[in-house]
Amino acid sequence: MRSLINDPPIKTPPPGVQRKLITGVALIALLIAVGPFLPKWLTFLITMAASHGLVSLGIIFLMRGGVVSFGQGLVFAIGGYVAALAFVKLGFTDAIGLTFIGGLGAALVALPFAPLIARYRGIFFAMLTLALSMVVYGILVKTDVLGGSDGFNMGRPTLFGQQLADILSGYVLYPLTVVISGAVALAARVYFDSPRGLISLAVRDNELRVEYLGASVRQTMAINFVLAAFVGGIGGALTVLSLGHVNPDFSYWTTSGEFVFVAILGGYHSVLAVFVASTVLEIVRSFSGLYFPDTWQLVLGVFLLTVIRFLPHGIGSLWSNRELFKRKGGEK
Amino acid sequence: MDQVITILVDGITYASWLFIVALGLTLVFGVMKILNIAHGSFYALGAYAAATFVAWFATLQLAPSLSLVTMFLAAVAVAVLVAPLCERGLLRFFYGRDEVLLVLVTYALFLIMDDLTKLIWGANPYYVSQPYSLFGNVTIGAQSYVGYDFLLVGVAVIVGIAVWWGLKRTRQGKIVLAVIHSEEIASSMGVNVSRVYTLAFGIGIFLAALGGALTAPMISVQPGLSVGVIIISFAVVIIGGLGSIPGAAIGALIVGLARSLAVHTAPVAELFAVYVVMAIVLVFRPEGLFTLTRARKI
Repeated sequence: MRSLINDPPIKTPPPGVQRKLITGVALIALLIAVGPFLPKWLTFLITMAASHGLVSLGIIFLMRGGVVSFGQGLVFAIGGYVAALAFVKLGFTDAIGLTFIGGLGAALVALPFAPLIARYRGIFFAMLTLALSMVVYGILVKTDVLGGSDGFNMGRPTLFGQQLADILSGYVLYPLTVVISGAVALAARVYFDSPRGLISLAVRDNELRVEYLGASVRQTMAINFVLAAFVGGIGGALTVLSLGHVNPDFSYWTTSGEFVFVAILGGYHSVLAVFVASTVLEIVRSFSGLYFPDTWQLVLGVFLLTVIRFLPHGIGSLWSNRELFKRKGGEK
Repeated sequence: MDQVITILVDGITYASWLFIVALGLTLVFGVMKILNIAHGSFYALGAYAAATFVAWFATLQLAPSLSLVTMFLAAVAVAVLVAPLCERGLLRFFYGRDEVLLVLVTYALFLIMDDLTKLIWGANPYYVSQPYSLFGNVTIGAQSYVGYDFLLVGVAVIVGIAVWWGLKRTRQGKIVLAVIHSEEIASSMGVNVSRVYTLAFGIGIFLAALGGALTAPMISVQPGLSVGVIIISFAVVIIGGLGSIPGAAIGALIVGLARSLAVHTAPVAELFAVYVVMAIVLVFRPEGLFTLTRARKI
């Protein structure tokens, strides 16, 4: 996209991007390095946080354009089902391949809906995406070939043609998930800071002005929607690889609600914050599951309210773009 | 022919309690611009309250038909005790924030209320079936239907007319309309906007609880009640247009009939027929059937 005004096109990325990328790579390396020393429950928790974080990162793609999907569980489920089906029915077992098949599957399902959904904003966008995810939920529950409401299991994936021993697989899937999620997260950062990614922020501020400046709002929204699906699908596939099981609840609206929760908790300014938020959710989930098994939703609800009340821009606002928030002065 | 009548009766019965619930949802959205996910929790709360009240009433040995009054009182109790608590104690801190963020606030409220109802009433189902048999059976064609279902239709019509009349024909209602139209101007003309909010939220919650109380005899009251109701009443108000009373009525009829058509002809489609209809309506009327198109802001 090129503006009508003859400004020189932006070539250099905004300041700080390189620093962010280096921080990201360092963080990924650190997580992998400490992996072998962590207890198994913790590596599993991080694996889940990273793969679920990707699904929420998908919502961030949309949130930057000012819309929130309440049906992100849809692409989570499609990614998971596609990967599990490729494993069970086609006998394709490579973990990395399965992950990308999951992402592609979700993106392909989202593609025909993208031009339609790109027309909607606010509550209507949220509700239409929610309706789509619930339609898929209904179909999955009623499809006996796919195990109906119980879903089905898949075996252990292979990596580069190597069979993974049961003992090893947890330790292999952990760095694999961290690397893939990290790579996608870094790519997302690059995209967010590219001219096209920045248009999303402009759309959020004022659509009509963006149109007058010569960029297509619909196209931007449609592309974001497909990218969100791709990223979410990868997250779904990674989750299924670690869990070894997939069921229709992946597409249920409360699952989507949790992804929105993480996206809001992280805020749309920082990619890292989304993963931190996702980890926080997983921690709250496991600990309240352990100590208050009957009231963990209550804990989650109170926590969510506290965040919305006192950290309206998400935990990302604690460290990124302080000046931005000051200048804007508590947007309404 | 009999099947057509069955589909119609089932659809309209379903639509009538759904209309009562969705009317509350659309009213709250119309006035406060909050799409209340916790609405389903208030529905469940109404059902639980009715179960408790009716069981307690049964110990009094009074005329059985009076149990309907206790169900009504259960809904009133929820509206008077819980609604102001949620609105004054929680929601008002988030007024003026983004619509989608408010949805998330009510999502949090839903999570909290779901666990609280489980804590108070436990996980076991309650049955309040005796009011269901109060009105005997009605025979149409070869099929017989439960009389209570028709009572529900009557209540829905009365509630619809009452809310419409209250909004359009009373002073209080006109004040509410003024707030819907422009909160800022209304408040500068001396309207106590926050009181209107409390009132509207209370009435909306009363309708949700009434829907729950009235359906309690037809179902087993158990955890998980709220989840299903939320999404289906969302579908109703989205189809009809958010904030529109006739929209809620038409939306409820469309959803009720689509569901009963699916149940009786293609049970496989039961779970998603409603959402397919909602998606189709949104494709052709993005703002729902009864909403005027708004001008874009530059």
